[in-house]
Formats: sequence, structure tokens, C-alpha cells
Amino acid sequence: MAAPNGIPNGAPKPRGGGRGFSSGETIAKEKRRPILMRLAKYMMRHKWLFLIAIILTLASNTFALLGPELAGKAINAIGLGEGQADFPTVYRYATLMILFYIASAILSYILNILMITLSRKVVFRIRKDVFDHLATLPVSFFDRNASGDIISKISYDADTINASLSNDLVAILSSTTTIVGSFIMMLRISPPLVLVFVVTVPLAIFLSKSISTRIQPLFRVRSRMLGALNGFVEEMISGQKTLKAYNRESQVIDRFATENNNVCEAYYRADYYGSIMGPCVNFVNNLSMSLISALGAMLYMSGSILVGDIASFVLYSRKFSGPINEIANLYGELQSALAAAERIFNLLDEEPEKADSEDAEVLTDVQGDVVIKDVDFGYLPDKPVLTDFHLNAPRGSLIAIVGPTGAGKTTLINMLMRFYDIDDGSITVDGKDIYKLTRDSLRLSYSMVLQDTWLFYGTIYDNIAYARPDATLEEVKAAAKAAKIDDYIMSLPQGYDTILTDDASNISKGQKQLLTIARAMLVNSNMLILDEATSNVDTRTEVKIQQAMRELMRDKTCFVVAHRLSTIQHADQILVINEGKVVESGTHKELMAKRGFYRKLYDAQFE
Amino acid sequence: MKFVLKYLRPYTGRITLELFIKFVGTIMDLFLPYILAHIIDNVTPTKNVKALVLWGVIMLICSALALICNIVANRMASAVARDTTRCIRRDLFTRISYLSGSQMDRYTVPSLISRMTSDTHHVHRTVGMLQRMGVRAPILVLGGIVMTLALDPALCLVLCCMMPLMTVMVLMVSKKGLPLFDKLQKSVDELVRVVRENTTGVRVIKALSRVNAEKARFNEVNTRVMKDERRANVTMALTRPSTSLILNFGLVLVVVVGAHRVNNGLSEAGSITAFLTYFTIILNAMISVSRIITMSSQMIASANRIEEVIKTPFELEPLPAGEVKDNAPAIEFDNVCFSYNKKRNNLDNISFTLEKGQTLGILGPTGSGKSTLAALLLRFYDIDSGSIRIDGRDIREMTHAELRQKFGVVFQNDMIFNDTIEGNIKLWRDIDPSALELAVNVAQANFIENAGGFGAEVAARGANLSGGQKQRLLIARALAGAPEVLILDDSSSALDYKTDAAMRAGVAKHFSDTTTIIIAQRVSSVRNCDKILVLESGKALGLGTHEELLESCELYREIHTLQMGEGEE
Repeated sequence: MAAPNGIPNGAPKPRGGGRGFSSGETIAKEKRRPILMRLAKYMMRHKWLFLIAIILTLASNTFALLGPELAGKAINAIGLGEGQADFPTVYRYATLMILFYIASAILSYILNILMITLSRKVVFRIRKDVFDHLATLPVSFFDRNASGDIISKISYDADTINASLSNDLVAILSSTTTIVGSFIMMLRISPPLVLVFVVTVPLAIFLSKSISTRIQPLFRVRSRMLGALNGFVEEMISGQKTLKAYNRESQVIDRFATENNNVCEAYYRADYYGSIMGPCVNFVNNLSMSLISALGAMLYMSGSILVGDIASFVLYSRKFSGPINEIANLYGELQSALAAAERIFNLLDEEPEKADSEDAEVLTDVQGDVVIKDVDFGYLPDKPVLTDFHLNAPRGSLIAIVGPTGAGKTTLINMLMRFYDIDDGSITVDGKDIYKLTRDSLRLSYSMVLQDTWLFYGTIYDNIAYARPDATLEEVKAAAKAAKIDDYIMSLPQGYDTILTDDASNISKGQKQLLTIARAMLVNSNMLILDEATSNVDTRTEVKIQQAMRELMRDKTCFVVAHRLSTIQHADQILVINEGKVVESGTHKELMAKRGFYRKLYDAQFE
Repeated sequence: MKFVLKYLRPYTGRITLELFIKFVGTIMDLFLPYILAHIIDNVTPTKNVKALVLWGVIMLICSALALICNIVANRMASAVARDTTRCIRRDLFTRISYLSGSQMDRYTVPSLISRMTSDTHHVHRTVGMLQRMGVRAPILVLGGIVMTLALDPALCLVLCCMMPLMTVMVLMVSKKGLPLFDKLQKSVDELVRVVRENTTGVRVIKALSRVNAEKARFNEVNTRVMKDERRANVTMALTRPSTSLILNFGLVLVVVVGAHRVNNGLSEAGSITAFLTYFTIILNAMISVSRIITMSSQMIASANRIEEVIKTPFELEPLPAGEVKDNAPAIEFDNVCFSYNKKRNNLDNISFTLEKGQTLGILGPTGSGKSTLAALLLRFYDIDSGSIRIDGRDIREMTHAELRQKFGVVFQNDMIFNDTIEGNIKLWRDIDPSALELAVNVAQANFIENAGGFGAEVAARGANLSGGQKQRLLIARALAGAPEVLILDDSSSALDYKTDAAMRAGVAKHFSDTTTIIIAQRVSSVRNCDKILVLESGKALGLGTHEELLESCELYREIHTLQMGEGEE
């Protein structure tokens, strides 16, 4: 079995799916395109909108210059003294001004809407990409990343980019035109005075560079801290009942205080250092103004410039520095957007589940012959969980897997479903190597019920019909009846339309298991995996479900992990696993007669 | 807004000082052009080098002062924002920690998470921005108005007439915007929910190949968030052009009225020109103000959501102390009735007593009320009638701390946190090493050694542990506090019989003073209990020892036969 990333064959390293527990930070190693470039790529998807925005900005800036001019003309028409006013002209210009201001307001509103739309589109796309990428990531990614942190990336970090794009981009766009325009004007008035900027502009650049290298990491820390806080909060709110039962509220609040402190402090540091930029650049601007006046005065004294020219030069230099200042003030926000973007791109760079190989077959007409040969696997390279594992499950057989906890039973399921990839050996279904099949078709060929029930916020109907949204109410009811949960559902005031709250806290664990069993029954695949699926269901119900299942499973291959040995006595083959190996196998009778490990487990229930 | 102001109040002094410093800095900034104008207009033509140098130095001092004041003020503003947010977040988290189960269900977990994160973030951001931007703009507006007033009071009045109109406009827009932002945050809750469900249910989603359906579901919320966000922002975007428009109308009015006044000899054309200059300053400042208003609207929407949670009334407060029965049993349920929806009873007339150190087993079909009974004993809900007493005291008369510190509990789907193994067992309690050792041994949690010892990291929700390992870890957690009452709610379902039996034997041996309640599906888990309660549909079908129940309780006998199967005796 070929191993990925050039790791020698047979090396105990998880394939594709498992990259170990610490791979989150390895991305930095690889050369990545600059974040800004990647962000720009998102913008460029909407280059036409972007272009219109630029044109509109230019237009509204021109309008901004036109306004005062019209006003000036109107004032000129007033004349200088009593009774000289040319009222028709004044009114004409006044009317023009009104029309023009209305036009300008509409223009600026359109520009705003445009930028809002644009940034929303970009962020929509980023969120979509993140989520779509999450969907391709291996199960191991979710096992090692806090769900709150992932939520934080898709909500807070995306939000930060959003805010920055819609507000700051307009400001920068319109500023740039003003900067360029006024620079040209200054150059026309007095090239020698422009020399002042030869001193101050590099100074400003140097200052902002040195500040930004210092604060970039601060913003990175801030984003990370917020992610950590979100991870903490999500966990603690999810576990609130436990914490209450142990009366740990105040301890958790204390721990929260530390996290909260870290975030607030990180936020403060980034915020504060980020906001230094504005005043600093402003200072350089003021400095250049002082220099201009000094130099201007000298030039005037040497007779090479007029006072009026100095005045208008200063006017333009203020127009020049104003926007620069504004950009500097936005610097903090830009930085936080970049830090957020970095976190998002890091997630996008997480390696997805290895794509199905090109010649991957779609598994159809599943018979259900499963063979596992010489399989080695460990979640961590140095800790094998399964070694030299063998299993032969002919079609239609009921294979029970028993053994002490932690023996590797659930791991086996992870292998069958390709949640994790094996290190060595082979697994075949109907004689086909499962690594040469598409993941979707492989996974769909199993109906799986896990001990950890997963239900989502929605109606009971939606939850059962999850895998087959096209299922009719009759089909759903039939599945619920087979899972012995129909009576309960019908006893609820809203029946199948009852909303299950988050984590389905309003129904019991056993009922949750029954709902997930109903869900699996509706799928009706040719192979079935039950991992402690009825552990919280009472025995009477369990027996009834088993009857229904046996009915359903007559020709299907079935893997059952169970502790209540009474439930698996009829299995065709019972595999007893201990420490990652099959230690015994056979039917219940054979194993009982053998008086080995199984017998000991079995007898334990009567001690 | 009131809510945020309440949190800002303790910092009134700091904020005042900071605003004053900011004020000085801003004034310095604003002075500079005037000094410059003075130099150009008055000093340069005199060719007085000394005066020139003097004014140059003054300019430098002003620049430096502006620099220092602004940095200092920004720093103070950041600090105030930090401290305010810290308090708000702390209070919110504290209140969430004490929300009752039904209150949790009402708010929903994703909404609480987004209030804790997204909403507090909006408040933080805005409180900081308001202080930084909220000084310059008003100074410019007020200063501009004062200057125009000095120039020509009558014209200034014309301009000022526009102010009420503008205020009405701004208020209208933000009134419309507020519910839109609220709606947006609700959509964000949905977004959080979908992402959260997808991160916690990844196995099922992948197993059922529902990835594309989930993508579609996310796409839907994502679109909704985008649309709501767009609608809210587009509405708020009205403020800027509309305030400019109103002001500009005022300007046109000034020109027209000015023309008449000049014509009548009441004013000069020059002052109208000067008016225009100040007017531009006011206009630009108003643009800043409109941005502040947009941000404030979003913040107010968020602050309202935070306030709603913080102001949630406390439920299940302790009642005044009543009579204490003498020589009472450790636990006494007396005719307890309870219903979640107050329609159909989930527990009906349950009575039993348990002496200290005794063990109660509870058996019954799924949904029969077993876990509910445990929840009532811990007072997650209040009973509808009857009474529950511990050591003779009604549990409703105890504080939550008093009541719950008596317990060690393992719930059915109990939470394992992202912490070390030791941290998960200790759960931030002071537990000495010997107690820890004992708890781990009794819980049969010997897997810890192989898993890397007490210091080994456990992933969130115990993703890197097997079902049985999780349960043993949880049992160790419950035992570590040497509780008066131990509740094990179906917490050995993933343990093999041998381990389960060893665990129960250990509890009986080492925790003989602990009153234990074991909720189970297996008869073998409860057969040795002092008392076994058989529940069905919230009613007690039987109460007694294993032998008694085999005699008297049909359901118990049936379950027993089913489980022991052919292998019995």
C-alpha cells in the first residue's frame, strides 16, 4: 500500500486522513502566496463591479471639486456691494447646485451600495470556500480542532475582512485619486517645494514600515486569541449542564476570566499599537507643512515664489496629506483584516481528504463481502491501535465485535468507513480494494449508527429523513416504527413536526439512539454498522429493534459492536479483540466451549 | 446604548481625562493650518527671520503635542474599550453559566455562542472607535458653527435650520437600521449553528454522504447572512448621502439668502466665501458622524442581545429555610410529580427513601423518566408537587452550591473538555493525589497509563478516546470528589461486564458511605443494589431488591429473562 508524502512503505504513519495532531502549524513552512494577493483574487472575481466602483469614485471626486466652483460662481454673481446682485444668475447657479448635489448624493449612495454588495459577495465567497473546504477535510481535522475555533474563523474572521473591505476600500480608493491629483497640482506650482516630500515621504514610509512589522504579529495574536476564546466558550456552553452538576460555575468563570483577559489584552495591544500609526503619519505631515512654510518663506525672500503660490501650495499639500492620514488611521483595521485573512487561508490550506483516485470505481450492487487483511493502524505514528488485523465477513453475515474497551473496536469502524486510512494491509468490499473506490459510494454502501448520536436542530421528520430527503412520511413512519420510536413521536403534541433543540437536549439519550437507528433504517444500504447503537436503549426495545433489523438485514452484511453480549449471541461470527488483535473468533457456542477470553467476558455479567 | 453606558460609567474619570487630552491634541492639529496661514500672510512678507523661526518652533511644538496627545488618548481609549468589554463579556459569561436548562433551550446554544463572540466583538470595536473618532468630528462641527456664527449670525441660522432636519433623518435611518442589525445577528446565530453541527457531526454527515446537502444548507444561511447584512448596511448607507444632501441644500439656501443680504447691504460677499470654507469642514465632519452612527446602530443591536441574556431573571432560587426532619434518610422522594411541558407527567407520584451508603438502581424503558429523576434530584428543574429531601432538608431550600457539592454525577452524554486527563478528572477542584489515584483505580481507568499518563491531552468532546475510555474517565471524575451522593446515569453502557462489575465492586468497597444511584439498562448492573426502582412512563412499577422484584414485578422479570437469555445459571 503506497504511503503519501514520500514516506517509505510500511512506515507507521497515517495516510491522507491523519496528519498527526500538530499539523495545524506546519503550513507556515511552505511558501505561500502573500495574503494580499489571495484576497485580491477574491476581489477580481467581481472586477466589473470593482471597475464601476472606481469610475464612480472618480466621478464623485470630480463632483466634489465641481460643487465649490459652482458656489463660487454664484457668489461672484452676487456682486460686491448693495444692489449689485444678479439674481437670475444666482438663482440659476443655485438651481444647478441643487440638481448637482442631488446627483452627487445619488452617486455616492450608489457607490456605497456597490461597495457593500461587492464586499458582501467577496465574504460570501470566502465563507463558502471555507465551508466547502471543511467538507473535504478528513475526520481527523475535526478531532483535533475545537469547533468554536472553526466557528470563529467563519464568523469573526470573515466578518473582519468584510468590514475592512466595505469601509476602508472606498476610503482608500477615493483618497488615492485626491493624493495623485493634488500632487500634480503641487508640482505645477513649485517643484522646489515638492522637494520637501523627498524628505518626509521616505520618513513616513520608514515609520509606517517599522511600526507595521512590530504590529503585524500583534494582530495575528489577537485573531488567534479570539479563536481560542471562542473555542473555550463553545465548549463550556456545550458542557454547561456538567459544570452545573459539579458546581463548577465559579471556577469556569475564573478560567474564562483568564481567557477573556488574554483576548482583551491582545486586542488592546493590537488596537493601541495600530492606532499609533495615525498620529505618527500625521506628525510627519505636520512636519512637512512646517518645512514647506520655512522653505517657502526662504524662497519668497530669495524672490523665487509669490506669497499666493505658497498659500495655494499649502492648500494642496493639506489635500495631499489628509487622505494619507486617513489611510494611516485605517491601518489598524487593515491589519486586523489581513490577520483574519491569514487565519482563513491557513484553514483553506489544510490538506483535504485525498481525492478519489482517477480510476476510482463507484461501488454499485453491493453484495457485502468484506475482507480485512493484515491491517496495521495507529492514530499516532508510535502507537499502533490495530496490528495484523484480519477479518472475513461473507455477504449476509452478522459479525459481532466484542472486547474490552479501548481494544480498537471503534477504530475498526473508522477503517471500514475510511474516516482514517490504514497504514498497511488491505480492505476489500466484494473483492474490490476500498482505496480504489469513490469514498461516497463506499460510505453510502453502509448504514451506520454510532454510539454518539448526532441530531441537528430541526423537526424529527427532518432528522430521520436526513439521508433521504425525498422519503415520504409513510417511509419515515415505517422506519420509526421499526426503530420502535413511532409511539413516542406520536405521543408528542407536534408529532413528527416536533423541533429537536440543539444537541437534542429535550429528549433522552435512548430516544436519540432510536431516532438515529430509524435514520439508518431509512437508508437501507446493503451493509450495516452498529457501534454500540443501542447501548442506552432498554433491553425490551432492543430486542424488538433487533427483530425488525433482522427482518431488514436478512441478506445484509452486518457489523455489530456491543457490550451486552446477549444481543450478539446469534452472530455468525464473533470476533474477540484485545489490544488491537483478534484473540478469538467463532460462534457464541464455540467460544463458550473454548473457555477463553470470551467466556470470561460472558461470565462476568453474572458475577 | 444605556446598557453600554452603564458599563462605561466606572471609567467616567478616565474617559473625561482621555477626551480632554484628545481635545487638546485635536485643537493642536486644527491650529497648525492657522499658524501656517499666519506665517504666510503676515510673517513672511515682513522678511523677519527671527519671527519666522519663532513661529516655526511653535509649529513644531504644536505638531509634537498633537502627536503625543493623540497617542496617549488613543492608548487610554483602547484601555477603556478593553476594560469595558472585559466586564461585559465576564458578566455575560457568568450569566450564561447560571442559566437554567429551560432558559438555555430558549436561547439556544449557537445563539449564546454568537452573543458571546460576535456581539461582544461589535461592542468592543465600537466603544474604541467612538472614543477615537467621537472627538474630532463634534469639535469640527461645533467649531465650524461658532466660526460661521461670528461671520454672519443670520446665515448661520439658515445653516442651523438644517440641523433638526438632519437629526430627524439620522434618527429615522438608525431606527430602521436597528431591527435589521438585530435580524442580521439572528442569521449569524444560524450560521454558527450550521457550522457547529457540521463540526460535531462530521462522521454521520460523511457516512451518509450528505456533504453536498450540508453545503447547500450552509449556502442558504450564508446567503441569508449576506442579504441581511446587505440590507442593514444599505439602509445605514443612506445616512451619509442624505446628511450631505440636507447640508448642501442648506448651503444653497445660504447662497440665496446671502445674495439678498449682500444686496440689501447687510453682509459682504467675502464672508459668504469664508462661510463656504467652514461649511466644507462641517460637511466632512458630518460624514464622520454618520459613520459613527452606523457603527453605533450595529453596536446597539448587539448590546441589546447581550443585555437580554444578562437581565434574564434567575430561576430556581433557594426558598427560605423550612423545617428539617430529624433522623431522616439520606435521600427521600415523597410523592414527586413532574412534567416538562406541564401537560403529561414525566414522573408520577414517585416515592422512595435511601439511607446513607445505600445503593438505588433504576431500571426502565427508554423515556420512562430515569434521567429526569436524576435531574430533579440535582434541581435542574423544580418538581410540580411532592418533595425531595436530602438529610431531611428540602433541596429547594439549599443554595445550588450547597446542594450540588454533595454530588458526583455522570450524565448519559456527558461532556469531556479539551484539557489533560487530570484536568478532566479534577474539573478545577482541589483533589489530593491519593483521592485522584483511588478514583482512577475504582473507575477502572487503567487505560490512562497507556494513553500517556495524567498529562495527556484529551481532544474536545473526547474525540481521541473510545466510548469506554470516556465513560471511565467520567466515572473517575464523579468519584474524585468523594461525593455524598453518586449518580451514574447509564454511564457504564460502553464498559464490558467485567470492567463494569469491577467498578461497582470498587465503589461498594471504597465509597461505602456514598449513597449511590445507578441508572442502567442491564439487570446485572443493578441486581446487587439495596433497592431497585422500576419505572415505566414515569410511574413506579416496582421498588425492592432483585429477589423481591423477580417475584413481584412482571416488567423486571421480563427484562431479566431477556438479558440473561439462555446463559442463566
